[in-house]
Amino acid sequence: MKDTPTHPMPVLHARGISKFFPGTIALDDVDLRLMPGEVHALLGENGAGKSTLIKCLTGAYRRDAGTLMLDGQDVAPGSTADSQLLGIGTVYQEVNLLPNLTVAENLYLGRQPMRRGFIARRRMNAQARDVLAGYGLDIDPAEPLTAYSVAIQQVVAIARAVEMSGKVLILDEPTASLDRDEVQLLFGVIRQVKARGLAVVFITHFLDQVFEISDRATVLRNGRVVGECLLRDVTQRDVVTMMLGRQLEAQVKTRDTGRPGKTLLDIKGLGKRGMIAPFSLTIREGEVVGLAGLLGSGRTETANLIFGAVPADHGQVLLRGREIGLRNPRDAVAHRFALCPEDRKIDGIVGDLSVRDNIILALQARQGWMRPIPRAKIEEIAQSYVRALDIRLASLDMPIRLLSGGNQQKALLARWLATNPDFLILDEPTRGIDVGAHAEIIALIEQLRADGMALLVASSELEELVAYSTRVIVLRDREQVSELTGDQITPDNIINAIATEDAA
Amino acid sequence: MSSPPVGPRPSILKRIMPQLLILGVALALNVAVFPEFFQIDFRNGRLFGNLIDVLNRGAPVALLCIGMTLVIATKGIDLSVGAVMAIAGAVAAAMVVEGHGWGTAVLAALAAGGLCGLWNGFLVAVLRIQPIVATLVLMVAGRGVAQLVTEGKILTFDNPGLIHLGAGTVAGVPTPILIWLALAALVTFGVRKTALGMLIEAIGINERSSRLAGINSRVLLICVYLVSGLCAALAGVIVAADIKGADANNAGLWLELDAILAVVIGGNSLLGGRFSIIASLIGALIIQSVNSVILLSGLPPEFNLVIKALLILGILVIQSPRIGNFIYLLRASGPQPQPEPPHSTQEEAAR
Repeated sequence: MKDTPTHPMPVLHARGISKFFPGTIALDDVDLRLMPGEVHALLGENGAGKSTLIKCLTGAYRRDAGTLMLDGQDVAPGSTADSQLLGIGTVYQEVNLLPNLTVAENLYLGRQPMRRGFIARRRMNAQARDVLAGYGLDIDPAEPLTAYSVAIQQVVAIARAVEMSGKVLILDEPTASLDRDEVQLLFGVIRQVKARGLAVVFITHFLDQVFEISDRATVLRNGRVVGECLLRDVTQRDVVTMMLGRQLEAQVKTRDTGRPGKTLLDIKGLGKRGMIAPFSLTIREGEVVGLAGLLGSGRTETANLIFGAVPADHGQVLLRGREIGLRNPRDAVAHRFALCPEDRKIDGIVGDLSVRDNIILALQARQGWMRPIPRAKIEEIAQSYVRALDIRLASLDMPIRLLSGGNQQKALLARWLATNPDFLILDEPTRGIDVGAHAEIIALIEQLRADGMALLVASSELEELVAYSTRVIVLRDREQVSELTGDQITPDNIINAIATEDAA
Repeated sequence: MSSPPVGPRPSILKRIMPQLLILGVALALNVAVFPEFFQIDFRNGRLFGNLIDVLNRGAPVALLCIGMTLVIATKGIDLSVGAVMAIAGAVAAAMVVEGHGWGTAVLAALAAGGLCGLWNGFLVAVLRIQPIVATLVLMVAGRGVAQLVTEGKILTFDNPGLIHLGAGTVAGVPTPILIWLALAALVTFGVRKTALGMLIEAIGINERSSRLAGINSRVLLICVYLVSGLCAALAGVIVAADIKGADANNAGLWLELDAILAVVIGGNSLLGGRFSIIASLIGALIIQSVNSVILLSGLPPEFNLVIKALLILGILVIQSPRIGNFIYLLRASGPQPQPEPPHSTQEEAAR
């Protein structure tokens, strides 16, 4: 290795990068400088061009203009494999490893240590153990990858990227599905990578995390660079203003809970063996019930059970005092239930269908195929929600998969609002969404509640739950452990409820 | 933000343009080897001409590809259609031989085809067996069933009503042409004027999301296999009527592959999702035109399959995403990089 230069010279310097898509300019003359030994946050709202920029750097997309210099040399990676060899490694939110292989195999896939033409398994495992120990991870590399949590899988992915590439490490929303402790584990690893002199690109929507781990930030808006700054010189407020291009209005803090209306839903002892312990829950009109708990505590399972996505094996559900059967989502939709799922890509969007079709999908499914919604009506519904929710798109005809995460989420909300539901379940409605859309969705929840809808919102963001919930149910180990109401609803109380007994 | 621009909806013509161009080339090749290709005569109350032959001989594959398009749109495939043709032909023949009228015979054949379709649908939608495996069962066993119906021989018949369906004409036009045109119109209308088309596309793209949105994917899946079975039954009746006999071993042999090919040439993805029945039908006509070129060129028959393979290979290469991307880049290097890249190449490049 060369000795590091004393004056800062970027490891990777992108200049004037532009990328066009039909009808849109995704990137417009974007510059990015990555210094060795620095964590560089890439910030911007959904659709600002972060992902596109990363894809141009890693060769997943071909840039339409601009130059890319790595260690002072012009490079033009034609594929992600190319860029890996050049020294640019990427780790995505969805871990892109092979879950059925062992940790060591994942680490060395494609470059396994060989002995007489065979894989030297023992040596590979030993090496893997050493490498991972270097990141403070003491795990058995001979175990399959799935034996470990997402956080550890992330670390393995990082280790692989660093071992293979070793100049630039790009982390695309690595913390999105991690809980607090896991984030700290990951940050420890990032600090080590940084200490080795790599340039790290960190993409996330959590501004706290940005300020905790990053040294420098580049802010994008609408495909352009708004600015590059050293984070120690600026405040969160400055960054948010740069991202949004406007002052963030003070968050609505009025807890005008009004008085909840009649009981809509009475859930009695609903449960499924091996998935979630039987629970009872009453939900009234004009009420937001928050579901809190750590990852894996049963939030998503509760939501799925009430929606019939997974049939319950005992208990009953009363809707306005009448027992109803919920064998599948179709039953739930027929009773005017709606569920925005946690995993947008897998459970939410129908990627190749147009945004328009995605928005009317649930309404059309409920009406049945015999009664197609007239074109003019479809157009009206789609347009009105695009306007109301500020969904940003080039055209309603574009496949929804081309929208950014926040806009996909809004389109899914539109899908369900179009069915005019009485009961709306939101599972992690703000995950992977930028600040602007975040505030909009919280305001929307507040609005829907005021209009008399009953909502059940599962979220791992405590501040958020506190902001909109009229009641909070706390789950732990797939069981309801406590219910908070009124002034009891504070982040501290929720944390206490999650933590009691656990510590003892 | 302001409301999004209301662009023109993607038109059907734009969607089927590549297929139309290829069909044009295939027809031009026909003219090259046989200048009178487009000549159509009216003799003895019937239209005669090579073009009519293409439309007439293409009927079985055209019928099959209607159902096949829907099945493939759901991310499935139906390998059994050739065998179902044999079963339906055998049932129709057996019925008229036993003295039933041709109407009853056709209904019985359709019932047999529908049953086969329901069986496939049951395996795929209820038991969740992979479509290629599920329909392989009937592909292999179906000819056995057909042989049981015909008792192992070629069952010939002379019922004029039934024969008319394969060899007759209505107002001078061969009946098979009218049958496939009518069915194509019916099914296209049925899926596009109702919400069926969109719902089928939705479950083909993401069945989990579709189910969570309240779509009854199980019933829809069974329905598309049912339609495929019915289409195959009609094709089987036409083929049997044409040769005035049911040949359990050879009726519809390998036609499932031609049908799949027609769907693919029609630009429909085998991974499911957006579909166009019209494009598949043009695909079927392209295949038949290629067959016609080979016949008209007068080359020794042993060249047939090789030439057909080469022509089809050429068609598929022209349609491949790589080549499409290349053409896109050629155009993009011009003044304005505006034209839409071919479907899904972006994603492909991202992999």
